[in-house]
Amino acid sequence: MSAVELHSPDELRDLYRELILDHSRSPRHFGKLPEATHRATGINPLCGDKLHLDLKVDANDRIEDIAFEGSGCAISVASASLLTDVVHGMQTEDAMQFFCAVTSRLTGNADPDIDVGKLQALDGVREFPSRIKCATLAWHALHSALADQSVTVSTE
Amino acid sequence: MTNSVARCREDFPALAQSINDHPLVYLDSAASAQQPESVIQTIAEYQRHDHANVHRGVHTLSHRATEAYEAARDKITSFVNAASRREIVLTSGTTESVNLVAQSFCRPRVGRQHSILITHLEHHSNIVPWQLVCEQTGARLKVVPMNDAGELDLDGFDDMLQDNVALLALGHVSNALGTINPIRDVVAKAHALDIPVLVDGAQGVPHMPIDVQDLGCDFYAFSAHKMFGPTGVGVLYAREALLEQMPPYQGGGDMILEVAFDGTTYNDLPYKFEAGTPNISGVVGLGAAIDYMQSIGVDAIANYEADLLDYMMRQLSDIEGVRLIGTAANKASVQSFMLNDVHPHDLGTILDHQGVAIRTGHHCAMPVMDYYGVPGTARASLALYNTRDDVDRLVAALDKARQIFA
Repeated sequence: MSAVELHSPDELRDLYRELILDHSRSPRHFGKLPEATHRATGINPLCGDKLHLDLKVDANDRIEDIAFEGSGCAISVASASLLTDVVHGMQTEDAMQFFCAVTSRLTGNADPDIDVGKLQALDGVREFPSRIKCATLAWHALHSALADQSVTVSTE
Repeated sequence: MTNSVARCREDFPALAQSINDHPLVYLDSAASAQQPESVIQTIAEYQRHDHANVHRGVHTLSHRATEAYEAARDKITSFVNAASRREIVLTSGTTESVNLVAQSFCRPRVGRQHSILITHLEHHSNIVPWQLVCEQTGARLKVVPMNDAGELDLDGFDDMLQDNVALLALGHVSNALGTINPIRDVVAKAHALDIPVLVDGAQGVPHMPIDVQDLGCDFYAFSAHKMFGPTGVGVLYAREALLEQMPPYQGGGDMILEVAFDGTTYNDLPYKFEAGTPNISGVVGLGAAIDYMQSIGVDAIANYEADLLDYMMRQLSDIEGVRLIGTAANKASVQSFMLNDVHPHDLGTILDHQGVAIRTGHHCAMPVMDYYGVPGTARASLALYNTRDDVDRLVAALDKARQIFA
């Protein structure tokens, strides 16, 4: 193999930082919820990412439990995993607002007053426009699940 | 006079740029090939000096445009060794060519008792047009299976041909796996039972000399942009006797002799199938692309690519964690692969960041992806302007990806 010098640029390290790799390898809340009250499937037809999101919302509109299944690139799986971590235990209204905050942030319109916590790990995606849909897929599924209870959403 | 293949890289202006601070390594010619300066120049000169609408004017520019357009048709005729220029229909690409045959040849003559035979290796544009015809006519779609190496499994092929087959449609070269199908043999078997054959030649023409009479097929479709020409133009080669019987595909200007409300007569071949103003500059560009390939020699190109493919397959196989997908005994210079369980999209992004352009995803061949149980693959395709250096850069970038995902 020829010795070709390739340095590791910050952007790539930002995109595939430890937290993202960790969540993509060991996704949190991976599985199904038999007693789910809300369900959604998100599909990215361009690359084959497919995620199923199950939510269990209690009588007080609190997301009591959440799980996801599916296959996709590291970005989409990590984003879904981080979503389940962060949204677990939230009021549905807060989760919807968080959806807006995260998707705006990923498309370059971050609200400086909203702290997205762990989701900052996805900030690197903004430098890779072709991958933004991978990062937002699970969030669009969340939005659809809460809005319509049971639906399939596509990135197209 | 033949140009040495190795020097050809300099003819392609797009290859001289940097991507993300790295010199571009373009390994996606199977999706679309780059254009040499001579093609770009020819199109620009046509647009600067010779443009007018074709076939319909008496003024000088119209005559020049028509000459340029029809001269390109003559080049295409001899490029694929068609028996006559009447067998060369100019279309917007392979996809339109296949749809033309599906709607104009198949649909009028196919019914519930028929089957249409395709293969598991096909690109969507050689699947969906036939699904449409089956929906429209009640015919059944049957699929010749594939094997793990990515070759056609022809064990039951003779039996499949017995099932009232109206047409057999298959690719010359698999765009996802590089497999070269045994067209001559398959056509001979089909013709023994009077079954017409359409060949999707999109990935065939960039890689090897094409002789449609030798191949024996009834229809051969291909696109300019995969053989160093512009997008938006392609060819359908079809036997004259079949084209004579077929009703027009699209109606409009140019494909008619006379139009009246009580009846319209259609134009002679091949114009009967060329409605409206064509992509004139595109066709002229296709002619220039043929000139370019022939100046190097298509055999020389094929030999060069075979050598480079061999190098690439060996280098890729040496990388720990790489799994080659598509290992047919007879291949063109296209290679799909996976790296451990890294999703192809993540691979593609990391490689792009190193200036290496590959294609990732299902390559419009979802049935092939389903066969291997993957959402998609990474695919590197080689053309006459690629070098061993390009392969080395690919390998180094893959190593980087492997480290990130270790």
